[in-house]
Amino acid sequence: MPDLQSQDYIRRSASTLTPPSIRNHEQEVAKLIDVSRCIGCKACQSACMEWNDLRSEVGRFQGSYDNPMDLDPSTWTLMRFTEWENEQGNLEWLIRKDGCMHCEDPGCLKACPAPGAIVQYANGIVDFISANCIGCGYCIKGCPFDIPRINPVDRKSYKCTLCSDRVTAGLEPACVKACPTGAIMFGTKTDMTRWAGERIADLNSRGFQNAGLYDPPGVGGTHVMYVLHHADRPSLYAGLPDAPRISPLVGAWKGLFKPLALAGIAAAALAGFFHWVVVGRNEVQPEDDAEAQRLMRDSGEPK
Amino acid sequence: MTNTWQDIKNANVVLCMGGNAAEAHPCGFKWVIEAKIENRAKVIVVDPRFTRTASVADVYAPIRPGTDIAFLSGVIRLLLEKGAIQREYVRAYTNAGLIVREDFGFEEGLFTGYDEQGGSYDKSSWHYEVDDQGYAKVDDTWQHPRCVINLLRQHVDRYTPEMVSRICGTPQDKYLEVCELIASTAAPDKALTNLFALGWAQHSVGSQNIRTMAIVQLLLGNIGVAGGGMNALRGHSNIQGLTDVGLMSNLMPGYMTLPNDAETNFEQYMQTRQYKPLRPGQTSYWQNYRSFFVSFQKAIYGDAARADNDWAYDWLPKLDNDGYDILRAFEMMAKGEINGYICQGFNPLQSFPDRGKIRRALGNLKFLVVMDPLDTETSRFWQDFGPQNPSDPAKIQTEVFQLPTTCFAEENGSLINSARWMQWHWKATDGPGEARSDIWIMTGIFHRMREMYRKEGGAFPDPILNLSWNYTDPISPDPEELAKDMNGYTFTDLNDASGAVVLRAGQLLDNFGQLRDDGTTSSGCWIFTGCYTEKGNQMARRDASDPREQGIAPNWGWAWPANRRIMYNRASADPAGNPWNPAKPLIRWNGSHWVGIDVPDYGPTTKPSDGVGPFIMNTEGLGRLFALDQMVEGPFPEHYEPFESPVPNVLHPKVESNPVARVFADDRAAFGTASDFPYVATTYRLTEHFHVWTKHGRMNSILQPEEFVEIGETLAKEKGIEQGGWVRLTSKRGVVVCKAYVTKRIRPLTVNGGSTHVIGVPIHWGFTGQARKGYGANTLTPSVGDANSQTPEFKAFLVNIEKTRPPEPENAANA
Repeated sequence: MPDLQSQDYIRRSASTLTPPSIRNHEQEVAKLIDVSRCIGCKACQSACMEWNDLRSEVGRFQGSYDNPMDLDPSTWTLMRFTEWENEQGNLEWLIRKDGCMHCEDPGCLKACPAPGAIVQYANGIVDFISANCIGCGYCIKGCPFDIPRINPVDRKSYKCTLCSDRVTAGLEPACVKACPTGAIMFGTKTDMTRWAGERIADLNSRGFQNAGLYDPPGVGGTHVMYVLHHADRPSLYAGLPDAPRISPLVGAWKGLFKPLALAGIAAAALAGFFHWVVVGRNEVQPEDDAEAQRLMRDSGEPK
Repeated sequence: MTNTWQDIKNANVVLCMGGNAAEAHPCGFKWVIEAKIENRAKVIVVDPRFTRTASVADVYAPIRPGTDIAFLSGVIRLLLEKGAIQREYVRAYTNAGLIVREDFGFEEGLFTGYDEQGGSYDKSSWHYEVDDQGYAKVDDTWQHPRCVINLLRQHVDRYTPEMVSRICGTPQDKYLEVCELIASTAAPDKALTNLFALGWAQHSVGSQNIRTMAIVQLLLGNIGVAGGGMNALRGHSNIQGLTDVGLMSNLMPGYMTLPNDAETNFEQYMQTRQYKPLRPGQTSYWQNYRSFFVSFQKAIYGDAARADNDWAYDWLPKLDNDGYDILRAFEMMAKGEINGYICQGFNPLQSFPDRGKIRRALGNLKFLVVMDPLDTETSRFWQDFGPQNPSDPAKIQTEVFQLPTTCFAEENGSLINSARWMQWHWKATDGPGEARSDIWIMTGIFHRMREMYRKEGGAFPDPILNLSWNYTDPISPDPEELAKDMNGYTFTDLNDASGAVVLRAGQLLDNFGQLRDDGTTSSGCWIFTGCYTEKGNQMARRDASDPREQGIAPNWGWAWPANRRIMYNRASADPAGNPWNPAKPLIRWNGSHWVGIDVPDYGPTTKPSDGVGPFIMNTEGLGRLFALDQMVEGPFPEHYEPFESPVPNVLHPKVESNPVARVFADDRAAFGTASDFPYVATTYRLTEHFHVWTKHGRMNSILQPEEFVEIGETLAKEKGIEQGGWVRLTSKRGVVVCKAYVTKRIRPLTVNGGSTHVIGVPIHWGFTGQARKGYGANTLTPSVGDANSQTPEFKAFLVNIEKTRPPEPENAANA
């Protein structure tokens, strides 16, 4: 996405200083996906393709209704279908809209080495600024939900933007607008949390004792939340992480290796300084010059 | 639909059976979710497969395809046994107490009057006992052994829970759980809505499937009330409009019926159409048939339709059989009896049964004209597309004309939704390339034909030469002008009771009550009268305001008939005129008028004490538990097996299948048996595609790219079929090679003591478009239709399945 909202940044990848957020009146937003009223129609997937003008390949049937089979650089959201037989022997078809969770503490942003390639706005949306992306793929390693995908053509990383362009203009994300059953709602995180509470009470009354809200604390909560009938077992829903957290490798890179590396650079600079103080600058000696002349002769370079 | 989409939210129980609402009607399904959330409704799904609808249901019960009548007859039995009916409603508003003729009977699967030779019934015994004045006799105490409710009780007695389970394969506990939820809506302030579609219609007993549910709804007092009704979810944005304007070979607009060749004059035709009341003081609204008919003839022939030529009755075609439906038309093409075919907005090669027969039939034609926005399979039937459409064009002499048409978004016009709402739409963009509107093309054909008749004469030029064609642009009439034609005009000043002029000559009519049988009014489709009046295009209204927030929205578009949103709404109030459910009233009697949020389906000042029944179209004014002679199979529904069934009919082995279904000899020879084809197959749509159109769209093709069939894990294991592996599916009529989706969502059913496997066959893929090439489900399906409507039996037939190797190009691709 283009960098439309720099005044809203509250985090910026590979930047030591927290950028000043000029607009400080923004409310935190959230998309609430109520799995219990989702009918798996894929209107959200179509709307995402339409709004963002994305078209992946016409694929193959591979033994499920998940089409395409996985997220890809042109598929930023995907319905994932899981057939599950519950304890009573009844079948449940758990259908989950997969995509970026817009973590409060985004692992992708933490892992990203390219300054300003990943940003977080004051409203909580985590966005990829393609112009700054170097295609290293560290964001994939950093993401506890396995969301970003690198496009092999332009070597940039892509994922759901939570329609940051629409949200900036006061609109709801395209998937929310398209959802026919109101399974995807959008608003302030406070409102969405409260609404989720009502839905959970309804599910409890229908025999889903473990219904609950998925807003995992391991990543500081998310700006995309789920109402799950089985919140005690999120992984039933096509492997939604039970307790997501940022990979320790990212912590190691940021927490240990990065300071070490910075220390290394500092040490080299310091050593250079002391060399200059103690020995003085390096100078070219006559024998160095003769050697250089010989090398040029041998290479047959015209004079 | 008797009710509206929005009204579904008022239901206490939603029964999805005979349809897969969430997948086939995802937008409308929002109202089911609304009912769940706002009205604490329970949702039931009864379906051979655990569908996406089932994924959000409270109860799911599996059922063997083609056994819905047994299931629902069992429901009726339990309701009657437990007294879980809305007694006062049933007594006052249905024909439960009317007495049936003594010579009516049912034995060994057949009603009285069966003629084995002709495969049809003499229906004279299917009637009430009548008194000297010709009125039906009634016993409101229900003591008489031959009153309808007692005969119904006797008829469904065989459908015990054990028998239902034996026939349908539904586990008894699930069946009883469903029954209990359905029965809970017998309370006067509770309603059940049922959402059905082709899952009921596409059977050789399709109409009777729907009839059985209608009986359930009448017993529960759920017809005419908010959150109730019989709600057919139409499978196409304007298929409701198609039936309304009578685009079937035996119909005329507004559900009038075409004469047959025995009805040689107008009066004779009228005799069997203008139904006289069967109970004193009843409305029997079809008494006005003559006004509807004469006004129609005036719309078609204008001044040429006169009293002295019987309103041009002789110019109407007269049927010489039960109808030239599509099954018959292709039978005739296959036999060389039809040799020209104008195929407008239809793709039979991809969507009508026994594809091989369709392909052969098209190859017999002299000419085929295809009018369609898309490059359809039908228009390319002659071309060789490999195994999905093997053909040798050198051997086909059919001349094919492809006339590209605009689609709905490229023209102004109206669409009629499932809830009978006529909604105007405006052109969004011009059609591409040489595409022309259907109106322009049909008009061009008409002008050229008329010119030929003028110059060359012909056997019967009158109907063409006299057709009235007074449009501003005769080459391409404006859709608004056509809409006004449908609404109708008056040719004289119309006065009200006080003598004041209501309408001037030449003005548009306000309602069908103004239609006359003396040639002073016209209307192209009487039920549409009121849709385009002097006040303007009512279909273009877009006021969403909704008094009481009950899903009526009376100023949004226009609903036929008379802008009435809920049919039979008189039945929402008790005999005294007070709403059964005070929380969700539709209309009530205020002492002098019927008032409320909907247009009363009743005389606006008819007093409750007059005893006029709420079902004003029926001769006795009552909802019919006993259908008299209106259905070809009998007045009560009976379980008949599909024409291809894995088990005998355990109720009456001598009468296995619908005894009055029309089956052509070649088609019968193409029925398979369970010994060769042991598995039950059923066809259906998936959310990602709309019929066989959207495979032409890239996005839909991405979302469901390739043909597959769904099989249960047990069968897959038996057959060694892997998830996503290639299979060869065969019926007596053809072969489909595609991938398998091995799923937990289809389980083997215990039917008649044995195990029955069901295989699901989605319909979407063909050999044109952007999705991957497919064979099409209709390669497999049998050519037999519902005995009343000739809707093909797509939902229950027999197949075999074997694991197979990937086709050659696949091997190459995988290598």
